Amino acid sequence: MSHPLEALYRDIILDHYRAPRGVEPLKCADVCTRGSNPSCGDELQVQLKIVDGKIADSSVKARGCAISIASSSMLTEVIEGMTLDEAVDFGENIRKMMHGQEVSKDIDLGDLDALKGVRNFPVRVKCAMLAWVAMLDAIRKYRDSEAGDANIQITTEETET
Amino acid sequence: MTDNTNKAPSQTLDVARIRQDFPILGRTMNDKPLVFLDSAASSQKPNQVVEAISNYYQNHHANVHRGMYTLAAEATDLFETTRTKIAKFIGAASTKEIIFTRNATEAINLVAYTWGETNLKPGNEILISEMEHHANIVPWVRLCEKTGAVLKVIPIDSDGRLDLTSLDSLLTTKTKLVALSRMSNVMGTINDVAPIFAKARELGAVTLVDAAQSAPHIPTDVTELNCDFLALSSHKMLGPTGVGILYGREELLNAMPPFLGGGEMIDQVTFEKITYNELPHKFEAGTPDIADVVAFSAAIDYLNDLGMDAIRQHEIEITAYALKKLGEFPWLTIYGPRDTNNRGAALSFTVEGIHPHDVSQFLDSAGVAVRAGHHCAQPLMKALGVDATTRASFYIYNTDAEVDSLCEALLDLRKFFQL
Repeated sequence: MSHPLEALYRDIILDHYRAPRGVEPLKCADVCTRGSNPSCGDELQVQLKIVDGKIADSSVKARGCAISIASSSMLTEVIEGMTLDEAVDFGENIRKMMHGQEVSKDIDLGDLDALKGVRNFPVRVKCAMLAWVAMLDAIRKYRDSEAGDANIQITTEETET
Repeated sequence: MTDNTNKAPSQTLDVARIRQDFPILGRTMNDKPLVFLDSAASSQKPNQVVEAISNYYQNHHANVHRGMYTLAAEATDLFETTRTKIAKFIGAASTKEIIFTRNATEAINLVAYTWGETNLKPGNEILISEMEHHANIVPWVRLCEKTGAVLKVIPIDSDGRLDLTSLDSLLTTKTKLVALSRMSNVMGTINDVAPIFAKARELGAVTLVDAAQSAPHIPTDVTELNCDFLALSSHKMLGPTGVGILYGREELLNAMPPFLGGGEMIDQVTFEKITYNELPHKFEAGTPDIADVVAFSAAIDYLNDLGMDAIRQHEIEITAYALKKLGEFPWLTIYGPRDTNNRGAALSFTVEGIHPHDVSQFLDSAGVAVRAGHHCAQPLMKALGVDATTRASFYIYNTDAEVDSLCEALLDLRKFFQL
């Protein structure tokens, strides 16, 4: 008999949780942002290396549950090589998926398809979205800074948490 | 030594009969019998409390302290009966010392905004502990920001108790307020606050006890505790949500300015000058949560009928059983004291390799409701070296069999995560 939670904790999620990818901090990132879930204390930091408008490398340093770790790990695998527009579009589609909306046909979810089950557990959607929200925030900050907005303070280094 | 931890129902409370008063405990959750182990967050309510709410609305409602008609007098009488009962429950000298608030958090904030802003000056010190709930941290940090006072913190030791070795340097003539929890909401630690408060008073400091966790579980006496203020919440002790109590010594309350301004709290109002109502009404602006205050009375009756000593004994037994059973798992770390003589029925733990969120999600699928997270105690989490814990907490209606259900679900959790 299958366990009702197998819809949430798919094997691929547990695989990413046990051996998360993209955890090495980047030495020369262009932007770093934090995400946190104040209700549970989970925290993460997303670093992006951006070359010629494309994400050349990324890292997520996360402390959190299986869902947030797996989602972070998948993020670092999937966004590498994307243009900033593509990464934003992908992130917005992940958000749609989590809220039960139609995902654009052009999007190949890959491993992230396994996170679809999270939308049936509303309190966990925030766990799955944490890294994506931080990534979207990082791109917005990077662009604002590139556009010469002096109010934007760019951080590139991860800090101790 | 005989092992009596496996004995059937508690000798001190008739838990099976008690459970009949809590229909919610007969529910299923995710196709499993509900095992409710989160009373430290909020207790369930017996029928007597639920019925008191509907009885009040169906038969006695009118605004309190205003109408000249009989129905209004009835409502006022019921409302004030709760004040009398809670005064007796905590050993207050007078009902003037009992202020109704929304919850313990608001009670503590009331002290910070009124007594604190009036009395604290730059360089004065406030002493709290490392194991406080945010409700007994945030108001004081904000007060320090406003007044220039300095926050001092009693650390915890490796057993999760107050480490009093440096108390003499922390508690001095600079200290104006000592605000301590009597029971940790995370570790269940019962703090022996009375001697610390006695010393504080000798040095001229005012003392406040956060009794939100202790009042539902152990007898409370403000005289024995040496406290000037005490805060508690109805909803953690079988009563409705939306009702808290601030106890304050009459002399201090009289000297304090009001908190919120409006109806009920005034004596005379002109556009130039306002004089205030007498205690306790001076601190109760606006129409209060009458129905829930009235129903809180039924909760106090329920606790008194069981007896706080018997409740404490039951919780010592179930906590000892839980400590023994959970202690058998080498992959599980328990935080806080192991000695049930000075710990209550809140028990935090972590499972090796599995985040508390995932633990609680899995336990939920087995019908077991526990809390996971930082439990509004981030500084304590830091002191314990964790981001979060899972917490099981027990009350009058919990059984050893429910502890067994928790343990079985934890074993299944390990299998599910293939550890």
